Amino acid sequence: MTIDDLTKTTGEWLRGVGPMSDIVVSSRIRLARNLAEHPFLTTADAGQRTEIYRCLSQAITSTSPGKDDLLVDLETADLIDRNVLVERHLISRQHAAAEGSRGVTVSPNETRAVMINEEDHLRMQGLRSGLQLEELWAEINDVDDSLAKDLAFAFDRRLGYLTACPTNVGTGIRVSVMLHLPALRLTKEIERVARAARDLRLAVRGLYGEGTEAIGDLYQVSNQTTLGKSEEAIIHTFSETIIPNIVGYERTARETLARHHESQLDDRIGRAYGVLCNARRISSGETQSLLSPIHMGIQMGRFKEFDLHTLHELFLYTQPAHLQKMQGRSLDEDQRAVARADYIRKRLAPK
Amino acid sequence: MHITDTMPEKREQHLCEDCAEKAGVIIKQTHHTTNEILQQFIKHKTGLGGGDDLACPKCGLTFKEFQVKGLLGCPHDYVAFAALLTPLIQRAHEGGTHHVGKVPPTAEATVKKQTGLLRLRRELQEAIDQENYERAARVRDQIRTLEIG
Repeated sequence: MTIDDLTKTTGEWLRGVGPMSDIVVSSRIRLARNLAEHPFLTTADAGQRTEIYRCLSQAITSTSPGKDDLLVDLETADLIDRNVLVERHLISRQHAAAEGSRGVTVSPNETRAVMINEEDHLRMQGLRSGLQLEELWAEINDVDDSLAKDLAFAFDRRLGYLTACPTNVGTGIRVSVMLHLPALRLTKEIERVARAARDLRLAVRGLYGEGTEAIGDLYQVSNQTTLGKSEEAIIHTFSETIIPNIVGYERTARETLARHHESQLDDRIGRAYGVLCNARRISSGETQSLLSPIHMGIQMGRFKEFDLHTLHELFLYTQPAHLQKMQGRSLDEDQRAVARADYIRKRLAPK
Repeated sequence: MHITDTMPEKREQHLCEDCAEKAGVIIKQTHHTTNEILQQFIKHKTGLGGGDDLACPKCGLTFKEFQVKGLLGCPHDYVAFAALLTPLIQRAHEGGTHHVGKVPPTAEATVKKQTGLLRLRRELQEAIDQENYERAARVRDQIRTLEIG
């Protein structure tokens, strides 16, 4: 398996299936772990870094869950390939841009990705379309158990798993759910919901995690507390309370729009489609902003020009690295704007 | 809100948040990242004094370096900087001070062994007190087996 093979499909997080998938795009659980006998990456020298990478990449690919995984050495991988992995949510932007010995293992169906030498030695993450946190936890917990048979993780009886940043100490878990909330933005309730979530000590971020913008009305909600609560308790609060509540608000906002602002809603969807079909140059940000009302239109049964699968393809393949991968060459921003508009027009042209 | 539109030619607009929303422009999230919040807290703590020249004997990282980066140098830092880290950790985790989640299987085995030994030693003492030497010999053997394993 290669990165080129991955790009043939839109991957796990854009499958558009699973519970509450009209609003919940994807679920993710990540566990942070460090090897007990090595320093954290902040103070590890190049030799130690290489040794950690060698030891962990070997350990992951020799476990039964990881034996068919694709191992990508990010120190030698080219920039477009690294960014393809970012756009597919398999590695963080920081991991793609960092230097030194580091990598990632990706399972063939992209439901699992393990980053080696990111902020911590290991960041194992499970990804699923829709709200499927319990299933994810079972899978990622299993990977953790398999690795712990041969590796000693830094662990303290009182503080739990020891991580480079004290904000992750304890369980080292981050539960993250990506939600599509266009109606809450249109009804101007999004800030109120985001504030309420932050009051519950949750982080609300944009598409690509920490410090990024909420492009295309996609928001990531994740826990910040990792000490003093069990993994199951954190997951349970997400799947039983937090996410169903936000989903409920978005559904109500969508009903309000359909009932009281029908023409404005359909106008927004129709105009977005019009621009996508006719633009001659378009940025990826604008593409995602235009796909957002269409996505909502499809989920509400108000847009029938193309289906969810096409929407996901347009979403992923118009992002810079995927676009360049498809074209087979590197393009500057200006060339990308033209190539992107061409791709969208062709994809949406009547058959 | 300040917008620079570079296509088709560079054009600058100054809009309030509501107008920017109407214009369909992406609204930048105004929130602090976890690390930023932590940094602020770390700096605040420094104001209270102490810890600047404290260094971890294992990795050599100083507390001052941690304050700049927000990242620790090795697992032992949690011991070396315990006094300064404890209030910070408590604040970052809604008052949480103790891990109640998953325990690595190896650590779990160690805990089981330790609690098993404690129980057996108590049983041994009881057997001796009761002058039940046959039972005491049996328990002693069990302790030896567990200690070796």
